Amino acid sequence: MDARLIAEQIPSLRRYARALTGDAWAADDLVQDTLERACGKWRLWRVGSDLRAWLFTVMHNIFASQRRRMPSPHSVVPLDDVAHELHGAVDAGRDLGSGLDLQRCLMQLPEEQRAVLLLVTLEDLSYAEVAKVLGIPAGTVMSRLSRARVRLHELMDGAAPPSRPGLRRLK
Amino acid sequence: MNRPAPPPTDDELHALVDGQLASDRRSEVEDALAHDAALAERVAVWRSQRDALRQLHGDLLGEAVPAHLMSALDRNEPRQTRQGRWIRWGGMAAGVLVAFAAGWLGNAQWSMQRAGPALLAKAPAMREFVHDASVAHAVYAPEKRHPVEVAASEQQHLVQWLSKRLDKPLKVPDLASMGYTLVGGRLLPGESGARAQFMFEDAAGERVTLYIGILDNRTAAGTAASRETAFRFASEGPVPSFYWVDQGFGYAVAGKLPRDVLLKLATLAYRDLS
Repeated sequence: MDARLIAEQIPSLRRYARALTGDAWAADDLVQDTLERACGKWRLWRVGSDLRAWLFTVMHNIFASQRRRMPSPHSVVPLDDVAHELHGAVDAGRDLGSGLDLQRCLMQLPEEQRAVLLLVTLEDLSYAEVAKVLGIPAGTVMSRLSRARVRLHELMDGAAPPSRPGLRRLK
Repeated sequence: MNRPAPPPTDDELHALVDGQLASDRRSEVEDALAHDAALAERVAVWRSQRDALRQLHGDLLGEAVPAHLMSALDRNEPRQTRQGRWIRWGGMAAGVLVAFAAGWLGNAQWSMQRAGPALLAKAPAMREFVHDASVAHAVYAPEKRHPVEVAASEQQHLVQWLSKRLDKPLKVPDLASMGYTLVGGRLLPGESGARAQFMFEDAAGERVTLYIGILDNRTAAGTAASRETAFRFASEGPVPSFYWVDQGFGYAVAGKLPRDVLLKLATLAYRDLS
């Protein structure tokens, strides 16, 4: 067994950590801690089980313990305070703007909902795998996923300029 | 006549969007969507949301992994590979170690006579710390391409990172008044945990390093004196250094510099840090 298997996963760990933390530096710090912990606990990984899912589990344990010590500064920013930035971001350019916009809205979700949503959509983990990674019951995965999707839609709707007639007209 | 299929549940709609719905049920759910505009809209919204999320930070997947992440892996590589590497690099590493050890023993013997055995015997952790600082300087200061893991251009990140790893809020001292500016820093392993090295450089390319780490509590925290000390000069090791202890942390300023210049730099750093 060698570290190349872990190295192959670094890009996707970085992307996930970036979307989860919303901050490039915090994300790479989290990835670094994950890599160090994973190497240290290498024997706890059972050959044959999904290495990716295991790495995400390691990352989440670290993320959760860091959050217990130091709550995210993002979780206390009311949307109204950043609403003007959100509009600015959308105006700045369609592609870049919508990415920033989406990331900012993601940060408004409670962390546990954000994690479920990202593991499912970004990383294509099955619902059962997500339950294992986060150490929560399968039913909780579904309820968090559902709340995350509804809330993210509300946030994006509120943040984006009112120019989505296709979706509105159907109401 | 067939009974109509049960209406799709919320969970099933999510599973449809995420491609996790069993295929026999999928056609029934899709059929239900065709007859219910509200359901169809919900699924459409979730699908476009999913597509948008999957575009997010996609550039990171193609980007080269930063060196400090790869080196995190190297430092902690699973044992079997590390052994393999030791065999590969063993000859070279052993040679370097022997050279250092010989120099170190020779110097130590010499300074023991000078400083008196009592002083050094009292603080084996400190002696080891200062020696590590000196070796770290000798190894990284001549490095042309990779003198540091994180460059001064990312100073905020560097300080944040090393503070976290040493579990102590660190600060980069300002040595500009002596013509030295920050090159960057790196994380190093030490006897009792993580150590940090900040590297500075003057206009002529002369480098000086500040080495910081917690001292082993069992040996260092025993007496008040070892929790805080005056400046001491160490000439053992590859390069000389001035070192001190403050609140259980050791600091060493090392460089191939005259003793008085090194003392001035250490004084400047000490003042700026405390």
